[in-house]
Amino acid sequence: MKELKIIVCAKQIPDPEAPFSAVTVDSKKKEVKVDAPEVISPYDENALEAALRIKESSKAFITVLSVGSSLSDTVLRKAIAAGADQLVMVEDDSFGRLDSYSTAYVLSKAISMLGEYDLILTGRQAGDWDWGQVGLILGEILGLPTINMAAGITVRDGHVEVSRLVPAGLELVEAKMPALVTVSNEVGELRYVSRSKILGMLKKRIPIKKVSKGDLNLEPEFLNTMELLELLPPSDMRRDCVIVEGATGKEKAERLFEIIKQIL
Amino acid sequence: MDEILILAETKETQIEKSTHELIQAGRELKSALGGILSCLLLGEGMDGAVKDLEQYPLDRIYLLENPLLKDFSPDLWVSSLEQAVRNLKPKVFIMAHSPTGREVGPRLSARLKSTLTTDCIGLRLDPEDRRIVRVKPIYGGNAVAVLKGKGNPELITLRKNVYSPAAPEGTKTEIIKLQLALSDQVVKVKALRTIFREQVELDKAEVIISGGRGIGAKEDFQLLERLAELINQRGIKALVGCSRPVVDKGWLSSDHQVGLTGTMVAPGLYVAVGISGAIQHLVGMVRSKKIVAINTDPNCNMFKVADYGVIEDYKEILHHLISKLEGLS
Ligand SMILES: Cc1cc2nc3c(=O)[nH]c(=O)nc-3n(C[C@H](O)[C@H](O)[C@H](O)COP(=O)(O)OP(=O)(O)OC[C@H]3O[C@@H](n4cnc5c(N)ncnc54)[C@H](O)[C@@H]3O)c2cc1C
Ligand SMILES: Nc1ncnc2c1ncn2[C@@H]1O[C@H](COP(=O)(O)O)[C@@H](O)[C@H]1O
Repeated sequence: MKELKIIVCAKQIPDPEAPFSAVTVDSKKKEVKVDAPEVISPYDENALEAALRIKESSKAFITVLSVGSSLSDTVLRKAIAAGADQLVMVEDDSFGRLDSYSTAYVLSKAISMLGEYDLILTGRQAGDWDWGQVGLILGEILGLPTINMAAGITVRDGHVEVSRLVPAGLELVEAKMPALVTVSNEVGELRYVSRSKILGMLKKRIPIKKVSKGDLNLEPEFLNTMELLELLPPSDMRRDCVIVEGATGKEKAERLFEIIKQIL
Repeated sequence: MDEILILAETKETQIEKSTHELIQAGRELKSALGGILSCLLLGEGMDGAVKDLEQYPLDRIYLLENPLLKDFSPDLWVSSLEQAVRNLKPKVFIMAHSPTGREVGPRLSARLKSTLTTDCIGLRLDPEDRRIVRVKPIYGGNAVAVLKGKGNPELITLRKNVYSPAAPEGTKTEIIKLQLALSDQVVKVKALRTIFREQVELDKAEVIISGGRGIGAKEDFQLLERLAELINQRGIKALVGCSRPVVDKGWLSSDHQVGLTGTMVAPGLYVAVGISGAIQHLVGMVRSKKIVAINTDPNCNMFKVADYGVIEDYKEILHHLISKLEGLS
């Protein structure tokens, strides 16, 4: 059986699940600062998990592809530790604030450079800017059958079968590969990778391919940064919380019962 | 003349509330921009939907009826919308940030080489260059970006429940039937079948009892279900919601999820049980009238946005609440 080539697009971002007290908005510099470590964007981890499950039943080679301005192999190594075969990092200082089309364009150029592929997986949306569009745009640029919002993916006989989330429930769809699928959290969390395994890998040589802007023959016309006029802090969500006191759980529950009765 | 075009959406041929919100957003933009406000309606058997739309302040309704568009097929919809927009050349094209808008919007943006700003909560006109200023929450809601885009038309998806629905108004609406070359040749993804699941309509609930990872096990959601049931028995519509990890673990189906990538709700009472209060959850429920949080961690974020907080193991609290309510009936 032919080896499937799967490409997982993964973005490196500040941990989107950091508590909001760790986030500050610098309106002058138009920057969001997050006092938390960088991670692989959560839905991209789901996409990687989907790829790893395919690899369990078919012969597959998984490439994790990331575009950005200051990528860290310590963050992205986690993908290799989880079972990906190769990491491709496309890095340039000017890639920090690319708009969605331009990001998809750079990804498409990197993908073409990598050669043949069967399946491209992306997350449904990145956890920093919450655009939810790079995957779908990439599918258009490459002219691929594109399936949005996968909850489950299987591959057979050159076809990909996806159960995808739709308002009525789930829709089962099928496309001929090569195809692009965007992945939602319903496919399942990325398998557990112990920290010691990730750290242990720091000593090993792992398959990382670094690609620079110059390698990709990019046309400046398609490289645009977002036109960001302002960056503002969110409106204040805080309320004065009354803590329901009581010596025992029962007492607290009784007080809460009275409060709820009042509200209803 | 500048045209603001919105994409109507229907559910079983009934116009969605989000479409009425788009009409309101379009109307506000029109008062600054001038020109006309129009609506694009795709599908089959749309007489009822047209009647509904006619009551609203729309200058035009473009109707594209075709059996191929009866159900939502992304490839056919994208192809139709691309043709329609290329023909009509609107200045602005607004879609809802709904499953449909989220899917066709980016693909349309790629084809038309025009920037799409997704999930906007505000739109305004820059009078200087007459471009649209788009306001969009980012980082889950931890910041708000104000942006412009390039290309035509200006493409936007608008978050639901931000604009209030437009009020009906006697306007003379012209109905224009569109003729487009549609063929199922464009379909690259074949739909095999739909597995229908009953969907909870969280946005219609008056009370939501919502559970998070802290619930610990699927079976324990029975406690939340029971509480909701007892409230329902008192004639108040109560439903069970959840945070995302609950969906990830398969404890509840996705339609129960509250938040940025779930449903945005604003019930009279939201009870957050074992939910820490990550920003992506909060944006979906902070507009609730009253918020009660039950959590063992006194420092959790949920207490910062709640009206009432109970620091305790949820099981103990829910057991007592349930027996109190059972005692009432
Ligand atoms: C792009 C993006 C979109 C997202 N969209 C959503 C979304 O739409 N909705 C959503 O919910 N999340 C969303 N998330 C995930 C979000 O960031 C959080 O991971 C998630 O909300 C955490 O869920 P939780 O509070 O249930 O779990 P946790 O953060 O693990 O919190 C569990 C809580 O339970 C408490 N607890 C534990 N045991 C008990 C007990 N016995 N009694 C009482 N309390 C107890 C703990 O103290 C803790 O506070 C999104 C994330 C990203 C990056
Ligand atoms: N810089 C990037 N590098 C690699 N993949 C990306 C990048 N930006 C976006 N993606 C992919 O596209 C998906 C959607 O991103 P977005 O449209 O930015 O929300 C993400 O989940 C990733 O899979």
